[in-house]
Amino acid sequence: MIRQTELNELTEKNPDLVEEKTAKAHELAKKQRDISVAEFFSRNRHLLGFDNKRKALLTTIKEAVDNSLDACEEAGILPEISIQAIDMENERFRVVVEDNGPGIVKKQIPKIFAKLLYGSKFFKLSQSRGQQGIGISASVMYGQLTTGRPAKIISKISKDDPAHYYELHIDTQKNKPEIVKEQVVEWEKDHGTKIEIDIEASYLKGGQSIDEYIKQTAIVNPHATIIYTNPKAEQKIFARVSEKLPKQPKEIKPHPYGVELGRMIKMLKLTEAKTLQSFLTNEFSRVGSGTAKQICENAFLLPKTKPGSFSMEMAEKLVKGIKQTKIISPPTDCISPIGQELVERGLRKEINAEFYCSVTRQPSVYSGNPFVIEVGLAYGGEQPGDSSANLLRFANRVPLLYQQGACAMFKSVVPTAWRNYGLQQSNGSLPVAPLTILVHISSVWVPFTSESKEAIAHYPEIIKEIKLALQEAGRKLGSYVKKKKRVGFEMKKRGYIEKYISHVGETLKELVGFNEIEEKKVEESLKEILEKKRGKLEDIEFDKNKNEDFDEEFALKKDEGDDDE
Amino acid sequence: MNDDINLKIKGVAEEIYKKIKKKEQPNLDVPLRSLTNVSYDDNEGYFKLLGKKKTRTLTASTIKTFAQSLRMMVLSKQLVDSKDLATKREVYYVSKNWGDAKFNDQPESDSTMDDVEAMLLTQRERMGFVPEEDGGAVTGKLKIIEKDVETGKTNTVDCTKFVSGAYNIPNQVEDLEFQTDAKFILAIETAGMFQRLVKHKYWEKTNCLLVSLKGVPSRACRRFIRRLSDEHNLPVYVFTDCDFYGFMNIYRTLKVGSGNAAHINKFFCVPKAQFIGLTPQDIIDYKLPTHKLKDVDVKRGKDALKNDPFVHHHKEWQKAIKQLNDMKVRAEQQALAVGGLNFVMEKYLPDKLKNHKTWLP
Repeated sequence: MIRQTELNELTEKNPDLVEEKTAKAHELAKKQRDISVAEFFSRNRHLLGFDNKRKALLTTIKEAVDNSLDACEEAGILPEISIQAIDMENERFRVVVEDNGPGIVKKQIPKIFAKLLYGSKFFKLSQSRGQQGIGISASVMYGQLTTGRPAKIISKISKDDPAHYYELHIDTQKNKPEIVKEQVVEWEKDHGTKIEIDIEASYLKGGQSIDEYIKQTAIVNPHATIIYTNPKAEQKIFARVSEKLPKQPKEIKPHPYGVELGRMIKMLKLTEAKTLQSFLTNEFSRVGSGTAKQICENAFLLPKTKPGSFSMEMAEKLVKGIKQTKIISPPTDCISPIGQELVERGLRKEINAEFYCSVTRQPSVYSGNPFVIEVGLAYGGEQPGDSSANLLRFANRVPLLYQQGACAMFKSVVPTAWRNYGLQQSNGSLPVAPLTILVHISSVWVPFTSESKEAIAHYPEIIKEIKLALQEAGRKLGSYVKKKKRVGFEMKKRGYIEKYISHVGETLKELVGFNEIEEKKVEESLKEILEKKRGKLEDIEFDKNKNEDFDEEFALKKDEGDDDE
Repeated sequence: MNDDINLKIKGVAEEIYKKIKKKEQPNLDVPLRSLTNVSYDDNEGYFKLLGKKKTRTLTASTIKTFAQSLRMMVLSKQLVDSKDLATKREVYYVSKNWGDAKFNDQPESDSTMDDVEAMLLTQRERMGFVPEEDGGAVTGKLKIIEKDVETGKTNTVDCTKFVSGAYNIPNQVEDLEFQTDAKFILAIETAGMFQRLVKHKYWEKTNCLLVSLKGVPSRACRRFIRRLSDEHNLPVYVFTDCDFYGFMNIYRTLKVGSGNAAHINKFFCVPKAQFIGLTPQDIIDYKLPTHKLKDVDVKRGKDALKNDPFVHHHKEWQKAIKQLNDMKVRAEQQALAVGGLNFVMEKYLPDKLKNHKTWLP
């Protein structure tokens, strides 16, 4: 197996190695880089989440927070993250994100923050928020391109180590960090990292705002404390409600089915294995010597072929051979879902509803990558009943705010037959109901439709799992909705009794000829007879103060601002 | 007789009261009002009520109609006590004082009235309710003696004195007395045909009484014909359009009654009545102009064959209905004008009255 440190050394010696000898896509990327990374970036800024000024602010904060949360969890630290967005006027904002994470060793700091496509996450398969190692450095470059100001970083790895302060630019020609300033400073924290970036942006509230993103982040990360100061200098503290860190996801070797050609070539170059046989058994999960032989046979390659000598054609053969070989599914214990109970608790804080339910599916696999789908529903209460249901999408505990229509989650919610569960729905749209639908995917590799990580790609396995989860939760909801309707109907009928009972009493009084006291008695008896017949009425009224978890401050509001998707 | 109604109403109310006292669900029994709940026997001569009942138990979903039925009974009691009358329309308006129990439209009120009538096995007239509709008209050599209930004075109407008009049959006919030496009664479906026969004093030529049924005969009209024919032993001939409405809704209702108010058929039927035309055979024999039968008409014919106990009893009617359905046409009385305006008096009716074989039972 390739060790992370070795990989770092490799790229250290020859920084271009990774990019140079890889797939065609990377060669194309290299050509663009020859023009300049800046050019590449500005041409593709929409892919990276910087299409407009409002989104730029969100993306910058999101990348920094994702990194902080990942780092804390990996180090087993309960995250405490402070986020500040400061309005510097003239559409300039200063974003400051500070965490209590493990910190970064001195020599890595410039590369992590000021080199595109550099990071620890691209080479391993483990459930984490970041994936490609583009995020934070893209934000640094965006800041540099729009304001010309360097990113400022402080990091400290322990009480006994010094805190290192850097001011960094990116050399946009060479994709290399350019250190503007470097010094050791005093920092009150024992360990952690702080980043400060100035960017051109705009701040709006509403469905796709940073406020929204942070609220939703807090929902699915109940173990984190987040202190957020928005550009209007209003501070909100989302306190941790669970002292338990999520189960540490296990790192796994890739499953052969999930490795595409480019990645395969890269792995062949970097492996220490001397033969194809040992490469297959050492670098992949679920490949024993028997399976490896079978793969070689199907690929028409000798097991003794040296991985270093592979040509493009041979690599292609190998990928084809793998496809023809039956290999058992990857292990699924490497996934750490939020958990049924915490999903529901998250919703309870978020929405003051009458009914909550959640479902955590068993792990499943797409293209050799294990994943878990979770769904939560909150119904009724203070939610508006005459508009479409509110869909909250999450991937590895990160809220997805943009491109809802293109997302596999949306594509799974829409064809689900919500009418079966007592809700209104017209074809091809979300149900119209006082409903919030939460969908979360956890995976070692979340398949986004683009680098900006806004929508989940349409893998049939994923869509199927989401649908099954929605149906399971939908059935629970359905029985509640039906019960509610039944009780509503019952209430109406009882109202009916009240309405007409006096007529019966009055007419009988006149026809039989008894007095008013008797009339009252008749009415009482009649009421008793009719209500006994109907049985005890279940209490299903919504009490807005019944939900003790609900925090108004914390609640998601669908009002201010407009959604500019 | 009126006390009788009050007793019945009180009986129903006490029954309900007793049940409530016993903490049991009260209920109302109403005879099923449909053709499936009548039988026909030629000897009796009318649709007789079978015992089928629908029990309306008081529940949350029936309490509204339950309350309305009781309200209707209270109103009836008040009318009977004060010897007053209310038309169906008036009853509907009276109900507007009943708060939540008011009727939203007249059919709703009429239907509740019919239910109460059937439940008490009485006539709505005895409950003080009268229809709005015209009771039909009569003319011919007939003297009608009317009695003013309040003053006891009598008034005699000589129908021969009418020049172009006729005596309108009132809603209450029980107290009328008749003097006549006419030979038969001719009951006519349409006012137009009646007018023609009146204008030409057809009654004088044939010594008959002409009755205008004005469509489906009202109860009063049926009772009027019944009493007249019974008391003076007059045969009754019925003359309608040649279609299923004429056959069933008009003729059959006149003769044996209806399924809807079967409990009163005994009094409101004219078993002596006979159908002289127009028959399907007349269309052929007199080469009458016709109209096409609509799908709903054909269905009505089939329904009669399937469900009507009267049709089941008479092979001749079955034949006639099938014949008309096969011909797929219908003809109106006025179609006889094709042979000349007075063809009906000069040729058709004399022919028909002579030849019993062309009639239907």
